[in-house]
Amino acid sequence: MNAPEREIRQAIDDPRLQLAIYTATGRLIDHRAGVVSAEALPHYQALRNEANAIKKHTIENLDYYLEQLESNIVAHGGKVVYCRDGEEAADFVLDLAKKRDLHMLVKSKSMTSEEIHFNERLERHRLEAVETDLGEYILQLAHQRPYHIVAPALHLTRYDVADVFTKELGLENEVVIEKQTKIARGVLRQKFLQAGIGVSGANFLVADSGAIVVVENEGNARLSTSAPKIHIAIAGIEKVIPRAQDLAVFLNLLGRSATGQPLTVYTSFLSGPRRDTEIDGPDEFYLLLLDNGRTKLLADPEKRQSLYCIRCGACLNHCPVYRKIGGHNYPWVYSGPIGAIITPQFHGITGDTWLPFASSLCGACAEVCPVKIEIPKLLLKLREEVAQVKRNEGSDGMGRFAFQLFAWVATHPKIYLLLASFGSIFFPFVPHVGPLKKWASQRSVPEPAKQSFHQYWASRGGPAKRRGNDGA
Amino acid sequence: MTAREQILGEIRRALGRAASQPPLFRELPAPTLRIPRLDRNLRTDLFVQKFETLGGKAFRVRDASAVLPVIAELLEEKSAVASNSPFLRKCGVTGLPQVHAGFTERAELKQACADADVGITSVDYALAETGTFVMLSSHNEARLVSLLPPAHIAIFPRSLILANLDELLSILPRPADQTSSMVLITGPSRTADIEQILVRGVHGPGEIYAVIVEAE
Repeated sequence: MNAPEREIRQAIDDPRLQLAIYTATGRLIDHRAGVVSAEALPHYQALRNEANAIKKHTIENLDYYLEQLESNIVAHGGKVVYCRDGEEAADFVLDLAKKRDLHMLVKSKSMTSEEIHFNERLERHRLEAVETDLGEYILQLAHQRPYHIVAPALHLTRYDVADVFTKELGLENEVVIEKQTKIARGVLRQKFLQAGIGVSGANFLVADSGAIVVVENEGNARLSTSAPKIHIAIAGIEKVIPRAQDLAVFLNLLGRSATGQPLTVYTSFLSGPRRDTEIDGPDEFYLLLLDNGRTKLLADPEKRQSLYCIRCGACLNHCPVYRKIGGHNYPWVYSGPIGAIITPQFHGITGDTWLPFASSLCGACAEVCPVKIEIPKLLLKLREEVAQVKRNEGSDGMGRFAFQLFAWVATHPKIYLLLASFGSIFFPFVPHVGPLKKWASQRSVPEPAKQSFHQYWASRGGPAKRRGNDGA
Repeated sequence: MTAREQILGEIRRALGRAASQPPLFRELPAPTLRIPRLDRNLRTDLFVQKFETLGGKAFRVRDASAVLPVIAELLEEKSAVASNSPFLRKCGVTGLPQVHAGFTERAELKQACADADVGITSVDYALAETGTFVMLSSHNEARLVSLLPPAHIAIFPRSLILANLDELLSILPRPADQTSSMVLITGPSRTADIEQILVRGVHGPGEIYAVIVEAE
């Protein structure tokens, strides 16, 4: 898949969109900075190290913890359903809805469900799936996919929302954000009270407790998991952590990294259906454990750390590329640096895989990652793999020839010096023709020095006159 | 082959492990729980400060008998649903004419909560560092009372205020042994999904109040 150059150009040339992305990610950056500073959270780096160690241990023993999770969920009266892909997950839900004669379900935000096109699959069989997170609800009405892992409607203004509500809900043009929120609350409240099934994602699966943890700010995940008689959670197999106490590490990092909140408004720790003594809560609880390519990714010891991701979105906010091209120019639901490393791994690498190259390797993503995924290192590894594929395909003839030519020139000093002396004569023309034209159109081109380094070195008398003790 | 067998099999192949092989290093060190030492007064002060920063309003009262006037003033003419917590009865809250209480049936409770202006509960714990209510679902505390009405009032003795999340997890290392649902509530329901502008009261309560009883 080639980079969507025209769409990227459009995003960059759209001043309203650029402002929206820059302001929103900028706010998220500031909020995070305020709560992970040395004053606010002295043990922040220690937490990151612990989080990385726990994830590493869990991923390297994933089968063990999944079986532990499963037996504890069953002990609490829940059921675990392993799903190889999105179709199996959707089929389970469709089948259950059919058996219980239910036609509508409410859903809280879940990137995993986006990943498998869950809603579309259900709606093909006339099972209505209603998104209840405000941002996701707007996007569902607008028929768009999330722009950002944490702030899905980041690219829309109140005026865009007003247009969507007018068109889809038949309401008068309402541009006041508080009122727009009230409208959504009113519509969705009825859905919560009517729905027979609530579907949620899960931020963590707790093996020693047989529990799932869901964090959110609006209350829609609490409603989705508490009001309907059936609760179905969908999560990737990599979401498991060993012990409830590990939440002291992960909850202290997740909200801070995502939105700058020490804790999100609601953190739900849920295990199985309601107990006999409890008044409310679901009668049935199912956890759908999704593979969908994750086991393939696990096989590479170096790249499997991509599975540590807790989906906080901090790497998106801090990425100079994401902040220019926005979320929709990434080919899959996961955008930004984390999307750039997991998309090629899930979808396979071909000669025109472009995502690993859409990075300046500045390292900001790795610096803010709460679980310390070495994103730039993985990007380089993936670039290497793309190059390997190209070599195998024989599709990189020109590139390979150019480097072979350079290697030959560089190892023959006389020819190198001769060509270098031409450099200052021809260089001014180079940016206007050939492959450098595109590069130079965005940048001021440096002027070649009047004297080459070789000439300067010779004028100093060469190595014999070296002074100082560096390298002595 | 079932999906379960296939997925677990592929995980083992990817990791080079045999079925039923125990974890590589069993002794994953226990996570560090960082619990600051705060005396009871400091905890209460800190809770109130954090809770109000989030947009909540806290009241500190001398003893259980001082709760009722606060609640009466907060409720005015509004209708309320109260949970079955014995502490609310002790404070006399369930005796107020506009307070509906004693629900034990799910459908009735759901409807009452959907109709009420205010939900009144106690808490199982509170967390000072983050201004958080901790609620375990039980016969005493249903899930929906603190969720469906547009306002939530929690009444509790200050002895339930812990320092932070880490202390909670040291006291309750396995919450699922007790309940199907433990929820931490940190501030009023909110969203910033449109233009990153903060709006309170999306799906959960937009107003929250804490009434802290100083003497037990």
